Amino acid sequence: MIEFFTTTNLGIALLILGQCLLIVVPLLVALAFLLYFDRKVWAAVQMRKGPNVVGAFGVLQSFADFIKYVLKEIVVPSGADRFVFFLAPMTSFVLAMLAWAVIPFNDGWVLADINVAILFVFAISSLEVYGVIMGGWASNSKYPFLGSLRSAAQMISYEVSLGLIIIGVIITTGSMNFGDIVMAQDGKGLLSWYWLPHFPMVFLFLISALAETNRPPFDLPEAESELVAGYQVEYSSTPFLLFMIGEYVAIVLMCTLISILFFGGWLSPVEALPDGILWLFAKIFFFFFVFSMVKAITPRYRYDQLMRIGWKVFLPLSLGWVVLVAFFAQYGAFWGTYARWTVGG
Amino acid sequence: MSVADYAFYLFAMTTVVGGFFTVMARNPVHSVLWLITAFVGATGLFVLLGAEFVAMLLMIVYVGAVAVLFLFVVMMLDVDFAALKAEMAKSLPLALLIGVILLMELGTIFGVWQFSDGAEAARGAVTPALDVAHNTQALGMILYTDYILLFQLAGLILLVAMIGAIVLTLRHRTNIKRQNVIAQMHRDPAEAMKIIDVKPGQGL
Repeated sequence: MIEFFTTTNLGIALLILGQCLLIVVPLLVALAFLLYFDRKVWAAVQMRKGPNVVGAFGVLQSFADFIKYVLKEIVVPSGADRFVFFLAPMTSFVLAMLAWAVIPFNDGWVLADINVAILFVFAISSLEVYGVIMGGWASNSKYPFLGSLRSAAQMISYEVSLGLIIIGVIITTGSMNFGDIVMAQDGKGLLSWYWLPHFPMVFLFLISALAETNRPPFDLPEAESELVAGYQVEYSSTPFLLFMIGEYVAIVLMCTLISILFFGGWLSPVEALPDGILWLFAKIFFFFFVFSMVKAITPRYRYDQLMRIGWKVFLPLSLGWVVLVAFFAQYGAFWGTYARWTVGG
Repeated sequence: MSVADYAFYLFAMTTVVGGFFTVMARNPVHSVLWLITAFVGATGLFVLLGAEFVAMLLMIVYVGAVAVLFLFVVMMLDVDFAALKAEMAKSLPLALLIGVILLMELGTIFGVWQFSDGAEAARGAVTPALDVAHNTQALGMILYTDYILLFQLAGLILLVAMIGAIVLTLRHRTNIKRQNVIAQMHRDPAEAMKIIDVKPGQGL
């Protein structure tokens, strides 16, 4: 039986498929509850009750919404490019799922243990802009098109600083594999995680991640007061649901990235406690909470301010940080904190 | 056939089909989308060759940035493609002639193509074996240690080209209002606004 799954082509394919399902299904179920949690947090900040009807305290609200989305009629605007119109939400959804293939959940618990994992995630997240552009263009309507143009410019701008911040982490670790990055943070519990040596970049990464995933205060692509709802105006029913899931999965992915890159992934914050997958979940959950609090308490940025921060503040800062980290790593400053090279050197 | 073989045919087909439809598509935006498909196929081929770093760079730079710019330009351009097509019919014989000549030239070159005896060894000696260093590390050693001067010079040339392009297109218009961010941030609400208690029926 084990031989069938490790030697034959069909067996290997089935095994990989099973592993994919093992990641995607819990992710989607967790997403349903995270969405509910997100709405409850905004509700609490705005002193409302939030969803409270479906199930106990409304916990099943997301499932009710899911059924509603799936059962509604799909409306295609006249003059829309039908093929691209439906391709866009699917791209959004598939790409958001794809990046999870290289995320390790525990020591060795990873679907594809590739040595350029971080670049893979970065490549996938740079593709996510296509879902938005295609959706905006194919709708054949003004607001979606304007929203998609904004979104594309915004996502490309903030990818630059995200990439440079990640380069700092790569220099410190000497590897682009997530497993290596986490293991390089092993040692004195929470004090040896990367948030300490890369302290200023944690905030830059968080803010860039907000902009990259189009979350408030940078939700200009769908700014409802100017653009109705941006690139998703013309979408209804399941295609809209796919966009929505894609967006939220990207947010959870960003939370995971922050946890892995700067907060030690599955490592426990105190040396005495055992490491494990629960720590990673706790960290992801905490950063998701930060994301929803940011949405609840910050007003939206103006578009030119957003662009100025991206290009004139974040880019020089993160570029300078790369140079600084390279210098620290080369000359072993701060007791070798910046040069934890596990492979080569 | 192994899984890698199937993957090769999948990616190769994607690349070829993508390239074909890039040329054949009537709608220019579809054309760019097919081009992206071809890029993604090429990325897969790079991965199969064991050049994962180059593959990811192709994905990030070409698909993630350059193709987005293409898409922008094509979406924004208001070009009447029917008229362009009609023009094209006139110059078709000339285009065909150029195509045939190019094809013949390529055929001649590949007909006499020969590898020197030392070529294989010279190519192999550049990078260490995979168990000594990853591809990424080997590339890094070559670019940043062995050929640092050439690499930095190439970067410098690109920088000069970029600055040149910016200088050529930069216009300093005098009669427009510019933002002064520092001044904006230092505005004081107490100085900038005045609160007036308006009595009913009086107005201001």
